[in-house]
Amino acid sequence: MSALVAVARAIWGETLSLFVDDGRFAGAILVWLVLAGLVVWRLSPPPVLAAIGLFAGLAAILIASAVREARRRRRG
Amino acid sequence: MTWAHAAPTILAAMAASLVEFVEALTVVLAVGVTRGWRSALTGAGLALLVLATLTLALGPAILQVPVRLLQIGLGALLLLFGMRWLRKAVLRAAGVIPLHDEAAAYESERAALSQAGKARSAWDRLAVSTAFKITLIEGVEVVFIVVALGSAGPAALAAASLGAGIALILVIGLGFVLHRPLAMVPENTLKFGVGVLLCAFGAFWVGEGMGLAWPDGDLSLAALVAGFFAAALVARALCGAPREAVA
Repeated sequence: MSALVAVARAIWGETLSLFVDDGRFAGAILVWLVLAGLVVWRLSPPPVLAAIGLFAGLAAILIASAVREARRRRRG
Repeated sequence: MTWAHAAPTILAAMAASLVEFVEALTVVLAVGVTRGWRSALTGAGLALLVLATLTLALGPAILQVPVRLLQIGLGALLLLFGMRWLRKAVLRAAGVIPLHDEAAAYESERAALSQAGKARSAWDRLAVSTAFKITLIEGVEVVFIVVALGSAGPAALAAASLGAGIALILVIGLGFVLHRPLAMVPENTLKFGVGVLLCAFGAFWVGEGMGLAWPDGDLSLAALVAGFFAAALVARALCGAPREAVA
């Protein structure tokens, strides 16, 4: 039974880590999605502008997070 | 469903599943060679049964959720999953973190299983649970990708399932013929490409869920793929010297 629980725990941990292994990175993505959602909902910007804004924020988060992680690992 | 959606869906599901199945095959092979094939195949088979049940239950159930809620929820999860993959692929391509080595993983798993001692009963619990765990863990990722990419409707679900099915047959076939880990698969290049596709799909779904009318409809998906690919290349360049080609 304890072996089964250990396997179940390992699977649950792995499943969670599919989406979040760096809290700041995941948090930044979610915050940007909420902000973009609010802007689209409340301000109804032109679709091209909204699309570019949504993508640009995500791209910036990806680049900034990768660079930050590279610097952190090279320092450590 | 247009080809603009079906082709990237099949491709993304196939490439992502290929990476996951190759990782599972490495451990199942190590279990089979070290502890016996009966236990290895029993563990892997049980996990495939659980995964098939999960897919059959989740797939149709998820299509019952209101479309916009589904697009936002699965889109956000796809973005979290895809951007995590893409960032890791960027860091590996830039030489910041080591590339995943299937041959080394295989030897390490074999050594660990050999040291564990022989099974006391006819059922080798360690072997069955090791094969079960790795197949289920990697398989859950495949199920998530298939369900998320297939959330646009039954046609999309069929396309994503087709991609994953092709990958499964390919990996089982190669494993059966070669009997060694598939170290020749360019895993990081695949992860880079799949990460780009998952991010594009995720952003597209979230945008649709928010009520954003994508300019030029489905063609925006191609623009998102190009955009995330460019962003990943910029990130790799800023992270340091490239160590592995990504295309």
